[in-house]
Amino acid sequence: MDYVLLTEQVLNGFQLGIILFLMAAGLTLVFGIMDLVNLAHGSLFMIGAFVGGTIALLTGSFVLGVLLMIPAMLVIGIVVEMTTLRTLYPRDHLDQVLATFGLILFFNEAVRLIWGPEGLVVPLPSWLDGVVALGFGITYPVYRIFTIIVGLLVAFGLYLLVGKTRIGMLIRAGASNRTMAGALGVNIPKLFTLVFGIGAVLAGLAGLIITPITQAAIGMGEDVLILAFVVIVVGGIGSIRGAFIASIVTGLIDTLGRSFLDDILLFFMPSNAAESAGPAVSSMLIYILMAAILFFRPQGLFPPKGAGG
Amino acid sequence: MSLFTPLRNPANMFTALVLVIFALTPFVAPLIGESFYITVFARIMIWAIAAVSLNLIIGYGGLISFGHAVYLGIGGYTVGILAFHGVESAWIQWPLAIGISGLVALIFGAISLRTRGVYFIMITLALAQMIFFLAVSAERYGSDDGLNILARSDFGVSFFSLQDKMTMYYTIFAVLVASVLVSWRLVNSRFGVVLRAAKSNDARVESIGVATYRYRLTAFVIAGMMCGIAGLLQANLEGFISPDMMNWPRSGELIFMVVLGGMSTLFGPVTGAFVFLMLSELLAGWTHHWHIIFGPFLVLVVLFARGGIAGLLSRGVRRG
Amino acid sequence: MRDTVLEAEGLIKAFGGLTATDNLSLSVTKGELHAVIGPNGAGKTTLVNLLAGMMRPDAGRIRFNGRDITRMSAPARVKAGLARSYQITSIFRDFSVLENVMLSVQACQGHSFRFWRPVSGDTSLIDPARALLERVGLGERMDLRAGDLAYGEQRQLEIAISLATEPSFLLLDEPMAGMGPEESQGMIAFLRGLKGDYTMLLVEHDMDAVFALADRITVLVYGKVIATGSPDAIRNDPDVREAYLGEEEIA
Repeated sequence: MDYVLLTEQVLNGFQLGIILFLMAAGLTLVFGIMDLVNLAHGSLFMIGAFVGGTIALLTGSFVLGVLLMIPAMLVIGIVVEMTTLRTLYPRDHLDQVLATFGLILFFNEAVRLIWGPEGLVVPLPSWLDGVVALGFGITYPVYRIFTIIVGLLVAFGLYLLVGKTRIGMLIRAGASNRTMAGALGVNIPKLFTLVFGIGAVLAGLAGLIITPITQAAIGMGEDVLILAFVVIVVGGIGSIRGAFIASIVTGLIDTLGRSFLDDILLFFMPSNAAESAGPAVSSMLIYILMAAILFFRPQGLFPPKGAGG
Repeated sequence: MSLFTPLRNPANMFTALVLVIFALTPFVAPLIGESFYITVFARIMIWAIAAVSLNLIIGYGGLISFGHAVYLGIGGYTVGILAFHGVESAWIQWPLAIGISGLVALIFGAISLRTRGVYFIMITLALAQMIFFLAVSAERYGSDDGLNILARSDFGVSFFSLQDKMTMYYTIFAVLVASVLVSWRLVNSRFGVVLRAAKSNDARVESIGVATYRYRLTAFVIAGMMCGIAGLLQANLEGFISPDMMNWPRSGELIFMVVLGGMSTLFGPVTGAFVFLMLSELLAGWTHHWHIIFGPFLVLVVLFARGGIAGLLSRGVRRG
Repeated sequence: MRDTVLEAEGLIKAFGGLTATDNLSLSVTKGELHAVIGPNGAGKTTLVNLLAGMMRPDAGRIRFNGRDITRMSAPARVKAGLARSYQITSIFRDFSVLENVMLSVQACQGHSFRFWRPVSGDTSLIDPARALLERVGLGERMDLRAGDLAYGEQRQLEIAISLATEPSFLLLDEPMAGMGPEESQGMIAFLRGLKGDYTMLLVEHDMDAVFALADRITVLVYGKVIATGSPDAIRNDPDVREAYLGEEEIA
């Protein structure tokens, strides 16, 4: 195991963690505050990638794509919330799961109709294309460093928003106790719409950020969505801090597991067995972690205060 | 409840009709030159078995499992992997497929049933995806592309061979009828009463001296095994397995079949599977982009047709 | 005391900063109806939950028939003969009245891992359930959906469900809650009929009921016991008058 590869993979894991956090932050707030299971959050990830990517291609500026994606996703999020999801708040989880499952089918097909089945390739702007030397012979792509920085800035901004502002206080009050927030005279429907809009922007941002690395594809949000579920279950529903820590841990374990588990298994078993077991075990690693954590802490690592003791 | 009381309900009459169609198709379809319906209906019946099993835990147990399709995959892969290694005997394949499905359900249930609500939904989903990714990473067994199964399960007797189209079809039909019968007995037994009571008021069941966890876990295992049977039948019918048969949209579709037909009704899942798959077939024949209609249809069913087809039919009669 | 059935010793239960049960000790002797009263927020329901095993105390011990049951699960306590009823009616609303009680009878007969025989024809469940319902005066209402019963009847069914587990001890959490005066009188008569057959701990808000029924009364304020004694002693206790009776007129 050489340290160049290790450093690279740690950074990759960190980057995956950041993407997961952007997804999970919106999801966990929507769960925590509105008690809504929203499977269509993955669709917002995808739509952000396609909408932002298209803007970037049309304007020739990736940065402009990111900047214009934000109001676009805010509007899309608010429209989705007001037309469909709002009616689902008083329904049980089963109805929510089914209806948002229906939304996924719709959004995937709508994207297929508009952009075609091939997806969208968004090139990197030249100033972000390339590698940077980190010293000790380690180089790392500029763009990936850029995404980590953007992600950390957003995380910090979210921390300020939720932790230090009045809106944030209301959000936290709502996450731990909805009735109380209502009693405080908060305009709950407006708060819900706003939170959902913010969640949509974060999901869209996550989707757009990874598009230059992979590409925008139909259904791209679904695997990330399931990982984000793992993250919020492990972190504790409604907890931003829990989501952040669990995201980074999940990103690191998943990435490092995939690159190094073969080598680690070599200590325990013959090489051909390790080579075939490696990919299998590493693909299961984070789920095993989740199962273990839930076995001892069914409420996750950081259950929000007052959420069912 | 006598065996015939359910028939007085129009929703159940609709199901009876569906079952009669299933029973007669192999004779009628060739006559009208539509033999491909035999395969279509065989496929639908397999989904119906899976939906009946899911209804046990969602409908009667109130446990919203979003990973039920994983047992289709486990049943199917057990058959497929054994066949790949040359083990074609049904006497080995079937008990193993059912046993492994039950074992996985026991482990997954033991973990997920410690949690409630949203946590339960997401954990069942995540655990199922874990097996999905395991299948994807299994290069030996075809990864994403799946695996062809060259021969159907062999019972080793000359008069009963699944290679025969009719035998295959009626085996599936018999399993469907048996699974409905089993779930009918189960939900009305002492076990079923505890399960249903815990769904409506868990704390009260505990406070009359029944620890509900074990009952839920048992239901979870039974449902997993029943769905495992559907999976092994699917592998046999299609002669093919792939990770996609247990990908999470399959679990979502299964839930929808149950809800569409009518949750916690005996025959609801059967009608639900029938209507769901016929409708998909119809829409898919009409436009390539049928999901754009189907998605909103799903949303509308959830918003406006609570109780599913069973609910609509019985309400319609009460009004009329 | 020789024939003490239920004994709590130094129970403490805190929720965050709030101590709902504060070093509480109390004992109930065989055949007695022991009432626990206290103003809102005195920690009465918490006490029931601790005794029934729905919550674990932070400290202290609970003994039942000489056995330490502090760490025993709620279902296991029911098996040992300690049944509870709920303040907020907790019945199976979509089951029939008979089925509600049958379920309890079934629970009492041991495990329910019986998968094949329908309960609807099982006379070993139906007969005892019928008999019990006749006894509590719900014989005419057996086939109704439980949720369709009148409120007072639902309260009676609530207790019948607990009785069907064949307990020796009943923990009653405000059985008169939400009842009008007439229904309350009915419930008082009903509970008086149970006296002698069961040892009971009655947590109640309704003073008429408490003084009509109780052999002994314990007064709870902010989770602490401030007095225990006969109804007369309690009525004349200066501490009780000061802490509690000031705000509520008493018999």
